[in-house]
Amino acid sequence: MKLIVNGEALEVEATTLAALLKELDYEGGWLATALNGDVVPAAERAEFRVSEGDRIEILSPMQGG
Amino acid sequence: MFDLLGTKLASRLLLGTAQYPSPAILAEAVKASGTSVVTVSLRREMAGGRAGEQFWSLIRSLGVRVLPNTAGCHSVKEAVTTAKMAREVFDTSWIKLEVIGNHDTLQPDVFGLVEAARILCEDGFSVFPYTTDDVVVAERLLEAGCKVLMPWCAPIGSALGPVNINALRSMRGHFPDVPLIVDAGLGRPSHAATVMELGFDAVLLNTAVAKAADPVGMARAFSKAVDAGREAYGSGLLEPRDVAVPSTPIIGRADFS
Repeated sequence: MKLIVNGEALEVEATTLAALLKELDYEGGWLATALNGDVVPAAERAEFRVSEGDRIEILSPMQGG
Repeated sequence: MFDLLGTKLASRLLLGTAQYPSPAILAEAVKASGTSVVTVSLRREMAGGRAGEQFWSLIRSLGVRVLPNTAGCHSVKEAVTTAKMAREVFDTSWIKLEVIGNHDTLQPDVFGLVEAARILCEDGFSVFPYTTDDVVVAERLLEAGCKVLMPWCAPIGSALGPVNINALRSMRGHFPDVPLIVDAGLGRPSHAATVMELGFDAVLLNTAVAKAADPVGMARAFSKAVDAGREAYGSGLLEPRDVAVPSTPIIGRADFS
């Protein structure tokens, strides 16, 4: 299945957001996720299904002004 | 102590964490500034990356409160989503709300700002809106539920200082009981002292410290300027006069004629 992850087109096996993070080697409690522009809280990732063409954002803390 | 939305803060200087030469200098500058609140952001993490974790662990080690921002957001939807993601990661309902309306000036889109502020306030956020010095916009932000305002004094990163001091003075006069934090455009400690002398409650700055030749020294200098400006405001500044007034008493002056 093809997904857009952080702006990049990727071919993945995962069907849930939690599985996607694992497949792409993302881990840690400091990550925030959104799917097609809407926040997906960490607690909902295991249940949250991803579909062909979904746009996923994976963000983490950064310096800011 | 400075009471900001029920939180007692030791310092009236809020400091950004971007653009420092190194994480070590950032940490030293935060300590030297005496700040109690630093701003942070969210960005895309690389697969398998640890940059976010390292930064977050550094910030947590400094023992300061964080104010996440929505920097770089150009729409209400982007800003609202970013705010919600920040709330989860940083575990705070405080959000510095930026909805940028112009690429060149980084001027806030005040219409989008009010809309996003309303949505976030209804969702339980404490919204710190990055706004202009327009009092009508400020009124709308307060109506939307904001309890604090963060007017610019010049464009972000410009170091111009207070370019419209009358507008800032007017804003202070219109909202005597609302915490007002000057955010953006401060270049020198004297700029910070000037707005604090006007009665602003605090300042938020980043570039002027981070891009100084010695960020740690500059952080310390800004800290002193903020304290000096605040104490001066509380001590009653002398109004300027057009004529000279002798400071030494006339009475008892010797007559050598």
